[in-house]
Amino acid sequence: MWDYTDKVLDHFRHPRNVGVIPDADGVGEVGSMACGDALKLTFKLDTRGRIADARFQTFGCASAIASSSALTEMIKGMPLDKAEKVTNQDIADYLGGLPEQKMHCSVLGREALELAIRNHRTGRKAEKKLEGRVVCRCFGVTENEIEQVVRDNKLATVEQVTNYCKAGGGCGNCHPEIEQIIARVRGASPQEPPAPAPVPPMTNIRRIRLIEETLEREIRPALQKDGGDIELIDVNGNRVIVALRGMCSNCQGAHFTLKDVVESKLREFVTPDLVVEANPS
Amino acid sequence: MKNIYLDNNATTRVAPEVVEAMMPFFTDYWGNPSSMHRFGGQLKKHLEHARSQVAALIGADPSEILFTSCGTESDNTAIRGAVEAAGAGARLITSRVEHPAVLETCRYLKRHGIPLVELEVNGRGQLDLDALRKALAAGPALVSLMWANNETGVIFPIREIAEIVKAAGSVMHTDAVQSVGKVPIDVKADSVDLLSLSGHKLHAPKGIGALYIRKGTKIHPLLLGGHQESGRRGGTENVPYIVALGKACELASANMREETTRVAALRNRLEEGLLKACPDVKINGDPDHRLPNTVNFSFLYIEGESILYRMSDCGIAASSGSACTSGSLEPSHVIRAMGIPFMAAHGTIRFSLSRYNTKEDVDTVLEQLPPIIADLRRISPFAPP
Repeated sequence: MWDYTDKVLDHFRHPRNVGVIPDADGVGEVGSMACGDALKLTFKLDTRGRIADARFQTFGCASAIASSSALTEMIKGMPLDKAEKVTNQDIADYLGGLPEQKMHCSVLGREALELAIRNHRTGRKAEKKLEGRVVCRCFGVTENEIEQVVRDNKLATVEQVTNYCKAGGGCGNCHPEIEQIIARVRGASPQEPPAPAPVPPMTNIRRIRLIEETLEREIRPALQKDGGDIELIDVNGNRVIVALRGMCSNCQGAHFTLKDVVESKLREFVTPDLVVEANPS
Repeated sequence: MKNIYLDNNATTRVAPEVVEAMMPFFTDYWGNPSSMHRFGGQLKKHLEHARSQVAALIGADPSEILFTSCGTESDNTAIRGAVEAAGAGARLITSRVEHPAVLETCRYLKRHGIPLVELEVNGRGQLDLDALRKALAAGPALVSLMWANNETGVIFPIREIAEIVKAAGSVMHTDAVQSVGKVPIDVKADSVDLLSLSGHKLHAPKGIGALYIRKGTKIHPLLLGGHQESGRRGGTENVPYIVALGKACELASANMREETTRVAALRNRLEEGLLKACPDVKINGDPDHRLPNTVNFSFLYIEGESILYRMSDCGIAASSGSACTSGSLEPSHVIRAMGIPFMAAHGTIRFSLSRYNTKEDVDTVLEQLPPIIADLRRISPFAPP
């Protein structure tokens, strides 16, 4: 069993503030079924702009549930500018610490809060934006996210990065890149990855053919392993319209699959400006 | 709070009769069986008695039983020993759902240049025997396929597999750690060359195992440095645990009918009860070919570790193949090899019973678990309202 503190176990056994606020002022959703944990955070502000109520729903292990419960307790009563300064370490500290391998649960909380606040400010449903290059393809973690956990938590090893944001926890191909990011953030000799070669302008025909090839080679085999499939419906400028089939079509992680897997692969192998959309069938 | 232990594929309670049988070998008969004096030498006959008890459970000749320290050592000895004996041209065939003791050993050898085929399984966790035939067509190999899967309880058709393997002039190893003592095994009728078993899965202590080596099977020792076990394994024999394993095998023979009837009936009661009491539950594996004591559920929309912790609060012990419990970030390799979608893969719970379980144990689970599932779903963003 994990070495959970009594406070973690208390919040796991008796989670506070479970649910969804129907007319919320901010909504943040992070994670997915595929990742193994997901959190939906909603909050309501009072007239002075403080968080009057916060509720959560979490799919995940004991520490994911406890971290979410703790987060809602922590931010209640906080003005937004203070809430947005809450770090994942604050959540872990509130719980009396988390096992190193479970620190990603606290990061999940911080990310949901960040998205909920962004949603409140922009009025738009905030997505976990893929800011920067995707480094870990297994768990869809970007360079920016890795930089942030390294900076916030003063991480020094790939293993720690995996514990905090899952990056590097799958096939392991990205370990050298994570090492470079750690070195860069920690101010050691920064090793810049080689600059990408300039991309020549692409004809439409060539673009469509490349998209098809990439779907066939990079994406379809992985989806078929989970009993799913993907079909290319149309290409309109830089918009790629696809339909998920089989198990994928009713998978709750479908949005994750489209953005974090399909889109990032197509951007890698075709052109970096592509936007993937689901066919509105 | 009563301890309701339903995790017998992880380890089992040591049978009181087994404890009783082995204790004198700590207190009174603690000599070395290789000694040239009566005090040590008298232990030889106890070793040989235990060897015949183990042999009897699986239909082997006593001379074909090698004592080891655990199931993992048995698997390592079988695979590495047979590959080394085969010399140049050795090949390996195994499956994607083997226990790490087999899978990691095979992958280790692959990194050292031994060609390896890992057979896929279907959604029920079963092999495609044509794929095995195809893999064997490339030439003779050591085939290592488990008798029964530890996570799902799925039983491979070992007799049919061994016939195919033997017809191809290949060597057949089976990791039978989960099936010895739970289902009848006859190595002669089943044409198996090498078979691994483990003491602590059948009510003997941890730290003792055995490997069946059919007469004439070429195998090199894993542990060098001693004449013990006819030169097949160096190291002074663990006499108390060997005696314990012998006794446990004798008890397993006597209780075989109970395993396949009363224990199976308890398992079925648990399975039917939970399917009735909880919506959105699936059974993983092959219900028609399964160990009598094992059931593997997927509780949709929730995660395995949180279910285990809540059950543990009620004194119920089970296990899960979810990412959070597998020690990695991804669900178990068995569940993934079966192509089970993430929605179900993260919420797997395995119950594995033994002859020490009662109807009351099962009924407690049927009473305690459905509210836990409902409560965790109330917390989950994926559960339908």
